[in-house]
Amino acid sequence: MPINYYIFLAVTLFCIGVTGVLTRRNAIIIFMCIELMLNAVNLLLVAFSKMHYQEMVKLNPTAGIDGQLFVFFIMVVAAAEVSVGLAIIVMMYRNTHSVDVNFLNRLKH
Amino acid sequence: MIPVLLIVIPLVCGLAGFFIKSSRSARDWSLIASIMTMVVSLAGLVIHPNAASLVFDAEWLPALGSSFSVGLDGLGQILTLLTAVSFPLIFTATYRTEYKNANNFYALMLLSQAGLMGVFVANDALLFYFFWELALIPVYFLCSNWGGEKRVQATFKFFIYTFVGSLLMLVGIIYLSQHTADHGFSLKSFTDLNQRIPAQDQTWLFWLFFIAFAIKMPLFPFHTWQPDTYEQSPSATTMVLSGIMVKMGLFGILRWLAPVLSTGTWIWGDTASALCIIGMIYASLMAIKQDDLKRLVAYSSIAHIGLMCLAIFATTQAGMQGVMIQMFNHGINIIGLWIVVDLIERQFHTRKISELGGLAQKAPALAIGLVLVALANLALPLTNAFVGEFLMFSGVYGSAATKYNVVFTVTAGLSIILSAVYTLNMIQKVFYGKTNALTAKGRDIFFHEKMILALVVLVILVMGVYPKPVMDLTRGTVDLILTKMNFKL
Amino acid sequence: MIHLVWLVPVLPLAGFLILGLGRNNLSKALTGLMGSGVILASFVISLLIFLEVKQEGFVPVTVSLSEFINAGKLQIPFAFQVDQLSTLFLLIITGVGFLIHVYSTSYMHEEEAPHFARYFAYLNLFVFSMLLLVLGANYVIMFIGWEGVGLCSYLLIGFWFKNLEYGNAAKKAFIMNRIGDLGFLIAVFWMINQFGSVTFGEVFAKAQGTPIAVLTGITLLLFVGATGKSAQIPLYTWLPDAMAGPTPVSALIHAATMVTAGIYMIARSNILYTLSPVTQTVVALTGLATAILAASIALKQNDIKKVLAYSTVSQLGYMFIGLGVGAYTGAVFHVMTHAFFKALLFLGAGSVIHAMGGEQDIRKMGGLKAYMPVTRWTFLLACLAIAGIPPFSGFFSKDEILSAAYAKNPVYYAIGVAGALMTAFYMFRLYATTFLGDFRGTAHQKDHLHESPSAITIPLIVLAALSVTGGLIGMPEVFVKNGHLLEHFLEPVFAASYKIQQAEPAPASKELTLMAISVGVALLGALYAWSRFRKKPDLAEATGFGKVLANKWYVDEIYNAIIVKPLDALASFFNSFFEKNVIDGLVNGVGRAVRYGSRQIRLMQSGQVGGYVLLMVIGMVVLFLVQIFFKK
Repeated sequence: MPINYYIFLAVTLFCIGVTGVLTRRNAIIIFMCIELMLNAVNLLLVAFSKMHYQEMVKLNPTAGIDGQLFVFFIMVVAAAEVSVGLAIIVMMYRNTHSVDVNFLNRLKH
Repeated sequence: MIPVLLIVIPLVCGLAGFFIKSSRSARDWSLIASIMTMVVSLAGLVIHPNAASLVFDAEWLPALGSSFSVGLDGLGQILTLLTAVSFPLIFTATYRTEYKNANNFYALMLLSQAGLMGVFVANDALLFYFFWELALIPVYFLCSNWGGEKRVQATFKFFIYTFVGSLLMLVGIIYLSQHTADHGFSLKSFTDLNQRIPAQDQTWLFWLFFIAFAIKMPLFPFHTWQPDTYEQSPSATTMVLSGIMVKMGLFGILRWLAPVLSTGTWIWGDTASALCIIGMIYASLMAIKQDDLKRLVAYSSIAHIGLMCLAIFATTQAGMQGVMIQMFNHGINIIGLWIVVDLIERQFHTRKISELGGLAQKAPALAIGLVLVALANLALPLTNAFVGEFLMFSGVYGSAATKYNVVFTVTAGLSIILSAVYTLNMIQKVFYGKTNALTAKGRDIFFHEKMILALVVLVILVMGVYPKPVMDLTRGTVDLILTKMNFKL
Repeated sequence: MIHLVWLVPVLPLAGFLILGLGRNNLSKALTGLMGSGVILASFVISLLIFLEVKQEGFVPVTVSLSEFINAGKLQIPFAFQVDQLSTLFLLIITGVGFLIHVYSTSYMHEEEAPHFARYFAYLNLFVFSMLLLVLGANYVIMFIGWEGVGLCSYLLIGFWFKNLEYGNAAKKAFIMNRIGDLGFLIAVFWMINQFGSVTFGEVFAKAQGTPIAVLTGITLLLFVGATGKSAQIPLYTWLPDAMAGPTPVSALIHAATMVTAGIYMIARSNILYTLSPVTQTVVALTGLATAILAASIALKQNDIKKVLAYSTVSQLGYMFIGLGVGAYTGAVFHVMTHAFFKALLFLGAGSVIHAMGGEQDIRKMGGLKAYMPVTRWTFLLACLAIAGIPPFSGFFSKDEILSAAYAKNPVYYAIGVAGALMTAFYMFRLYATTFLGDFRGTAHQKDHLHESPSAITIPLIVLAALSVTGGLIGMPEVFVKNGHLLEHFLEPVFAASYKIQQAEPAPASKELTLMAISVGVALLGALYAWSRFRKKPDLAEATGFGKVLANKWYVDEIYNAIIVKPLDALASFFNSFFEKNVIDGLVNGVGRAVRYGSRQIRLMQSGQVGGYVLLMVIGMVVLFLVQIFFKK
């Protein structure tokens, strides 16, 4: 399958994510959109990694899977982020009884 | 080893001083520490000038090309001596003053001494910058914690002002270090720069350094922090600021600007000299109008520093020798003046000239002390300041670095007359005439206070009659600086 | 003996230190003894030195004490020069100074012991400074003494420091002197630049080949210094105010020290002045103007000391005329005779003031001759001397100056004679109003009128003897062949100048005519004043032109209006407006601009998370675009 398909899909996913972050006010949805963007990047990483694998491994037997490895790191970080982020959202809900991010402008005052 | 000791003794003693609980012992501890420093400094004087114990090198930040390199030449010795002598004097003179959290006060004083010492002995530009800031920060805390009513405002201005200057200098230092032969910060590679930096770069690099030093001195029009800060600081800090810290600016020019960027210095010499002269006249006129003793002394100091800076740019042997002597003498004289002001303030709780009067009847010893110190401030012959001012004026007059040497001498000379006006005005209003309700209850100063004043006066007279030792001490450095300064692209 | 010359100034210095430090513990008798004793000792040493210097074939000696300033090529040692001129001044200073010290022991006796000691300490310091001035072998040592006498005059004029008026007078003296000193200093710098030295010998040796313009500049600047110290136009106004000090101090300032410093300095640098004719003319004209102006003011003064003060200014003018026309010996001669009779006049005035219980207004005196015979007779002798009546000392010295002035320019002579007329007039007006007629003071004062004690009268008598006979050492050639002992004595000092000038001696008949004219004019003035004020003194307030004179031509007011006031206004402007609003305003303006800017930028922080993210995305897009389109 040509790489272009993967790129189009990833770009689409990323744009959906960006649009979601920009337009939605619900913190949980924003959160999910961020995850969407991360996964778009993950998809690209995996795709490119697979594409370049054959040439890279000829030069160096241990090379060529960097992209896929990186994806694991991102997933771990994303999981950690989710746990922290969800905790924040829970705290936010307790304080404001809402998950609307526009309520979070208290620092201004 | 001696320069290291000069830094380490006050530094260690100062840090230890934070942990002393009783204020009495904190005071005695710092006095002892400062006397130890003085002994070391005096010992440095008797050692042969080329002795190995006057320099010290150690690795510090090799990655940056900077090393802990310190050393004492004539210039360094005269200023470290001033620093070393001043601190015991200051501590003794203000011995009776009670501070809250005295341990912190004295510890900070010692830390600033360490910083000052470091500035005067550093042979490495980055080290110099490091100590430059180290000397500044304790003073900031001293003023802001133990100062007068408007201390926050005054010290904030002081800090921002000098810090801006320092940062400009840091930029300059980094730029220069990129252009040295070994990409390092050592004094030697810096002084070789005057042949490596093209003239058009020297013209703007000059200002990066000059503004920093001009703020510190301070020169017109960068001086407005000074009277406010002097007025608001506790007396002991004011003495450090005006007696020693202003010399950092002059020292900076002599060590890190004039020999390093000789062409830039030469190009801007006239402009800088004009600033100095405007400042001298301006500050003298301002001094005439001051009602607060501290502000009066502050403006008088601006006028005197202006002359020293002027003499540096004259680039003559006589002028430069005068600067060296005067840096020491000005420190002693102005500390003497502050001691008198402090004695007055402690007794009458005011520094307003208009509220005082007739003190000579009540406190003859104090009056004599003040008159003598004031005469030294006027540079009367046979007091210490005469030798310096005479040489400086003579240097300015004989300067080959400028076309306007005669104009400079004459206009700067007007400050001699004005200094007589404000000094005598002050003496008359404070000490002569009849007593008023406030001063009628006055008493003369105590024996130990007399002794301190006598000590200051003794130094003033000895240096005024026999300035030879200081001249001999600094001659070599003067020649070296002049050789560098006379190199022009 | 000459190598002990350093003792001459050091003894008074020691006196100053001992009296100054021990002022609380010394009795008055001991203070007086010590204060006068050190001066006497100096006088004796000076006398011994004089005897050595007087011998034929004496060569000037320079006694080097120690190194003082040594910077590069500039070497200035502490060195004393002993030659005829300095020896003569040593004698005048220590001799007259000693008499004034003795006089003071009685005059100041009412002061408390510490103040009494302080007074003598200052006097000793004064003498020390003056000795340093005349002994210095270079201009810098001279300058030390030069400023030193300025300081001492400040201290002594303001001796009674409780009175602010006196303090102002003292301050004025010091500041006026400082203005002159600046001129002196610049001249010294110029010399350093030009000659590479300030030692007299070297400077004078190199002067011959120096461009005249340079010499004119240097000598004019030195002369500025002299106008300050010797109270010439335009810097003379401090001297009359200096009367605020105790009367013996006035005598010391006016007669033996301080004001003669300028004369000494020019006489010392005579070769420089001889080589620059422009300066000489300036000196002569300034002297003339001062002589006339001060004499005219003295005509209308009613304070006994003020009259004497203006007469000093006027007589100093004569000395400068002498210097200006190249009659250096005459000027120095007049310094000497003036020291005698002016000291006598001041001390006599002091004696009167003492008797009158502090009263100084001559309109309230009168008829004192009956009560104070010694004071009266000595005062009369001094008046005759200053008026220039032969054979009293003033005649010889003034005549020498006037005849030299005639040789230079007859107009100088005419003006000088006019001044002499006024001198004779105001001196005898003073004498007649004070000592003749009826007593006009209060009954209380009348009861207390008495002749002063011997500590006061003995100096008066000694000075009177000197005033009468002092002129005899300078007999003009027309009277006695080779009679001018002083000229002979001083010849080595002025030889080079006289060689350049090569003045033809005037014919004897002409000289006698000139003498006759000036003596006649002086007699006229004296007799007119005598006859007019003997019976009915001038008690009314001055009106018309007399009022201008009584108010000293309003010179003080003019100075005040054109120098002091504007300077003060400028300082006020700087202090109350410029510093706060312009300079500090700029500095604070930078701070304010930063604060204003940040207040505006703060608004971007709306707190809307969406907004932040949008900005972030826009930023990223911009960066992408930049990366793509502007990539090199």
